[in-house]
Amino acid sequence: MVETLRHDIVIVGGGAAGLRAAIAAVEADPRVSVALVSKVYPMRSHTVSAEGGAAAVARDDDSLEMHAYDTVKGSDFLGDQDVIQYFVEEAPRELTALEHWGCPWSRNPDGSVATRAFGGMTTKRTWYAADKVGFHMLHTLFQHSMRFERIVRYDEQFATKLLVEEGAVRGVTALDVREGVMRTILGRAVILATGGAGKCFPFTTNGNIKTGDGMALAYRAGVALKDMEFVQYHPTGLPGTGILITEAARGEGGRLFNSKQERFLETKPEYGVGSKLELGPRDMISRAIIREVQAGNGIKGPYGEYVHLDLTHLDAGLLQKRLPFVLELARTYVGVDPVTQPIPVRPVVHYMMGGVDTDIDGATELPGLYAVGECASHSLNGANRLGSNSLTECLVFGARAGRHAVDFVSGVGGVDEGRLRERADQEAARVEALRGKQKGGEKLVQLRREMNQAMEEGCGVYRDQGSMRATVETLAQLRGRFADIALEDPSRVFNTELIAALELANMLDVAEAVAIAALDRRESRGAHACSDYPTRNDQEFLHHSLVYFEAGGPRVDKKDVTLGTWEPEERKY
Amino acid sequence: MSDVERKTFVVTRFDPDRDEVPKTQSYEVPCQPDWKILDALNFIKDHIDASLSHRWSCRMAVCGSCGMNVNGEPKLTCKVPISDYSDTIEVAPLSNFPVIRDLVVELEGFLEKLEAVKPFILRAKELSLDEGTTRQTPEELEEFKQFSMCINCMLCYAACPVVANEPEFLGPAAIALGHRYSLDTRDEGAAVRSEIFRGEGTVFSCSYANECSEVCPKNVDPAAAVNQAKFNSVIDWATRLVLPRGGEK
Repeated sequence: MVETLRHDIVIVGGGAAGLRAAIAAVEADPRVSVALVSKVYPMRSHTVSAEGGAAAVARDDDSLEMHAYDTVKGSDFLGDQDVIQYFVEEAPRELTALEHWGCPWSRNPDGSVATRAFGGMTTKRTWYAADKVGFHMLHTLFQHSMRFERIVRYDEQFATKLLVEEGAVRGVTALDVREGVMRTILGRAVILATGGAGKCFPFTTNGNIKTGDGMALAYRAGVALKDMEFVQYHPTGLPGTGILITEAARGEGGRLFNSKQERFLETKPEYGVGSKLELGPRDMISRAIIREVQAGNGIKGPYGEYVHLDLTHLDAGLLQKRLPFVLELARTYVGVDPVTQPIPVRPVVHYMMGGVDTDIDGATELPGLYAVGECASHSLNGANRLGSNSLTECLVFGARAGRHAVDFVSGVGGVDEGRLRERADQEAARVEALRGKQKGGEKLVQLRREMNQAMEEGCGVYRDQGSMRATVETLAQLRGRFADIALEDPSRVFNTELIAALELANMLDVAEAVAIAALDRRESRGAHACSDYPTRNDQEFLHHSLVYFEAGGPRVDKKDVTLGTWEPEERKY
Repeated sequence: MSDVERKTFVVTRFDPDRDEVPKTQSYEVPCQPDWKILDALNFIKDHIDASLSHRWSCRMAVCGSCGMNVNGEPKLTCKVPISDYSDTIEVAPLSNFPVIRDLVVELEGFLEKLEAVKPFILRAKELSLDEGTTRQTPEELEEFKQFSMCINCMLCYAACPVVANEPEFLGPAAIALGHRYSLDTRDEGAAVRSEIFRGEGTVFSCSYANECSEVCPKNVDPAAAVNQAKFNSVIDWATRLVLPRGGEK
């Protein structure tokens, strides 16, 4: 029988959002017991790879209203304006809290926190710690969390299922990667903070752990995934690896050039970035690069065509001070020294605007279940996220969900654990049957490759009905074929093949939701650009998409957008 | 890409359920010229032997997961190019750690050491959010910034001769991270940490081998942190002896 552990709140995921939720919960009520369950040690979480910064109004020439409007416009009017308003109000407080906890924010000469320019932001409001902002925020949060004994870590434990009883979530089952045994971790609230699902795609900035686990857990428990068709392609990834070159490189003055040495964002007004040029929003700049390549203006390389990100006109001292990681990454991974040579870059899958459907508290429609960070969709980002809003989002909504969960659990009574144990035993048997499963004709690596290829073909920067439909069909087949998977490793301890299989199952579900939602949105909005429906259609599509997991296949639904101060208008820069 | 080069990877294998002691296994890997060591391990995992276990994630030298011994030296495997090595490359788990499986080592000990140095801001009175941000000049930031760059990859523990003989030694990364907070103008916990650093198995165990700083992939220079912490501990101790109330202001 499966061992049972008991806490008040179970948080799945130990990145910025999960850690912030944990800290907020124990701060709100020091008696509350929090389980922090993560498939990796928290400091390995993908927050660590975020580079450029975190947005919050800090300067006298800025205002909350301007941050809100930039975010609404960036979202192509699909962000909920009440959520955006709350976000911009809380953002300065949250980044200040990080400052008090020791985050090494870069400083102005007078000792105040420095801010830099970022894409789609009207003024300098992105706080930074050189170009390793995610790394510093994550380690600050992780080290700060060590103060609290009531945060109990379960490191390298892979959550496999949400336990639901009497219409409410009651905990999770988790595979202890190291012991190879399943455990039940009960809590009267569960907060999912597992990040995005970039690994559904072949070319991504995301680390290997970004497999949509929390999205899949919620989806299978009957909670909708929202706005999944909006996949952010970051304009500047290194060819081959997909390693991110931060937007801060353009914030500090970097320029994009095609093979003809043409600064195409300046010479071609049709790309829509106006006078913002390289500091236009990510969706527009990624499209511009793809169109340059399609027009024959790409630079040919061993991993496809790319354009140049040029920093050579910037002072070497400034680059070393503000962008040391960019220098290290370019030198190490493409053998280019940005001080003297342009960096080869191409658009790369970076971020999911969509995720588990939540309200402004991070609460889902399943009582007790919350989602925060990239794994969630609070409708802050709508159809396109502005760079540097997401790190702040992890803090603002991680904290709010953590506090809300504390209130929620105080009103929830006990539950019949016998039923939960039964479910946990069934789940343990399912995972056990998969471990080293010999009978089957399908290979994990092959299925993963086919999923990656289908997602690239159907859910790229530009999409059309034909390719999306083909991708939806392929994914349905792949999900069927997964049942016939054969594995090779029957061992118990640190069986990473078993983890990879569980991750692939999660990705297949999430990928299907992305493709289905994309196929359903017959317009172009934000990051969802359809070549056969090239304009935004507010009449029919000014709504969030919802995808529900059902036995007969995914079901698509919709949800109203909350407008407010700003009515939709043409998105021009 | 062309120019595939075949290399032999001699990889340490260990499954505690089957093996009394670690063994090695050789794999022939067709390597692309721009590969890092990690790419070859992932190739083995995906195409030759699905039972090989290793940790990795970001593949951009910042998450700290993929530290291993490559030809006997601790390396971040996502950062070191295959072209730095000859035709036969040995990959083993980091030295000085218990091995869980294959290339995966036990990190619990480090997490306990990190917690022991109180790696967070300590203040008599916590700041309120209404006070806004603290002022800290770029020069004050520089004082500790370097030591805050540690990615917890554990290469320094694998290289440290003191850790090898004295597993309880707090070790380079934990000391650097504790010291980093003591140097921070926002922190008031230097005396508390100096007390910790005067304990057994801490800074005075260090033998100045400097191996930690040599292997650090992020140029943190933990050896400098250990030295400074040592010096501060002595000064702090002497101050306490000489001044009433331990020199507290």
